[in-house]
Amino acid sequence: MDHIVQNIQGIPLNHYLIFCSIVFAIGVIGVLIRRNVIIIMMSIELMLNSVNLLLAAFSAYRGDASGQVFVFFVMALAAAEVAVGLAIVIMVYRNTKSVDLESLSKLRW
Amino acid sequence: MAAIITLSLLGIVLLYIGLYKAKKALLPTTLIGLLVALGFEICDWGKEAVPLFHGMVIFDHFALSFSILCILLTALILLLSKAYFSAISTNIAEYYCLIVFSLTGALLVNAYHNFAILFIGIEIMSVALYILAGIRRKDLYSNEASLKYFIMGAFSTGFLLFGITLLYGATGTFDLSGLRQYVVDTPQGISPLFYAGILFMLVGLCFKVGAAPFHFWVPDVYDGSPILITTYMSTVVKVASFAAFLRLFDYVFAALNDFWTPILLAVIVITLFVGNISALMQTSFKRMLAYSSVAHAGYMLFAILSLGANSASGIFVYAVAYSLSSVVGFGTLILVKKYNGSDQFIAFNGLGKSNPLLAVTLTLAMLSLAGIPLTAGFIGKFMMFTTAMNDYHITLLLLAAVNAIIGVFYYLRVIVHMYFKSAEEGTTPFVMPLNFKMVFVIAAILTLAVGIYPQCLIGLF
Repeated sequence: MDHIVQNIQGIPLNHYLIFCSIVFAIGVIGVLIRRNVIIIMMSIELMLNSVNLLLAAFSAYRGDASGQVFVFFVMALAAAEVAVGLAIVIMVYRNTKSVDLESLSKLRW
Repeated sequence: MAAIITLSLLGIVLLYIGLYKAKKALLPTTLIGLLVALGFEICDWGKEAVPLFHGMVIFDHFALSFSILCILLTALILLLSKAYFSAISTNIAEYYCLIVFSLTGALLVNAYHNFAILFIGIEIMSVALYILAGIRRKDLYSNEASLKYFIMGAFSTGFLLFGITLLYGATGTFDLSGLRQYVVDTPQGISPLFYAGILFMLVGLCFKVGAAPFHFWVPDVYDGSPILITTYMSTVVKVASFAAFLRLFDYVFAALNDFWTPILLAVIVITLFVGNISALMQTSFKRMLAYSSVAHAGYMLFAILSLGANSASGIFVYAVAYSLSSVVGFGTLILVKKYNGSDQFIAFNGLGKSNPLLAVTLTLAMLSLAGIPLTAGFIGKFMMFTTAMNDYHITLLLLAAVNAIIGVFYYLRVIVHMYFKSAEEGTTPFVMPLNFKMVFVIAAILTLAVGIYPQCLIGLF
């Protein structure tokens, strides 16, 4: 276990911070500009996973286990959320034969 | 804590009742369960408030009063559901079970003392609602509402989590006391990570409460979901999110208000104008209520802008007034939609003649939302404006007053339609079912009682 922590600490904390921010930003932009629901869900996963990586890095640097425990919470709840989300996508697909957000858009003003 | 355990068990019991097809027992069991949970909450009132379970949750008066409000609102909403669920679906046990699970999440959000519980509570609350919003599987509007709610919910959770992570990076703890200690101990050397964390938390929570410019999902989701679910979303979920918002900013970030006050000020002004002006332009009652709930989020944010001893009681009174009126508003819409088949304003024509009780209670609710004296809504607005006044936000007050006037316009429009226009051709007069009468009368009495004797609520904190 010490070995892993040392490996993580081999990279400066700022690099983790910058990398995770970039991944998070890619996720946010993906949600905002893509119209395919599956890709939007992948972008959301990207956001959550950048959070997980950053939590693990902070946790290793501070020698505090609670950050890593939080990662498990995030993973478990993200899985639960995606299960419901995919069910919703299937429901939409059955009705519209499409996974595109624009195919719905009945509600305007 | 006992209330949360009771509600989790109640959800499972309801699923079993559904399995054995005892449909008649669903509503009574749910109501009894809610009453038991309410009893536990009231029993906890006198106890000393210390963080429990390694500082995970705290049941102080703030958490308890908001939890009691959430439970009572759920009970009122479920009373309206008597013939509603069976009309739109055959599997009605799922409705009750999911609503109860969602309420469990709301109680956790009210009582969190650690970011883990905030995150888990918000997820429990919303995941059940993603399903409820889309429960009319063949209805494209319901589909769209569910999908949009899911995407926006997951998106905002991402922001919230990134904020939590940055705060953790700066302080090394998820515990609210630890975070507060950090702010107190290091007033000068607060890490930039902490400031970035505040920003991300602010964005995430603004998404959850539906404040502009993060409100764009609110009208679509509220409009597309089944009306009873919309009622639940716009009352219980909003109240719980505001409780979380206020607890975080009051307890932890209060000392850094120089940093976040300008941002929150901009959010409030945009929210008020976007909510009220869009509501003014609607022809559908349901969509009007959706935009008005955006506007009310703006008023409730006043309490967070100028934190003080009165913030908690102010936001509580406002939440009581707003939720009671919303329940009546949406409840009326259920009846009108059922019998007249439309949610436009013109469907309300002539209600004053055919259903005097309904018209009177809806009038009272609309006056309360508009903030006319002698109703609870006036006391709520008055307390919000006073807190803002104490902090010398004079420009904001002027803008808010302009918005309150705009609000009066569109709330009065409903009343005009009910009393001064005769019913459309082809609409049939209907009789109000008993459960609706009960809920509406309770809501009306509470609205008046809080409007005349506000001390009974203000004294709680």
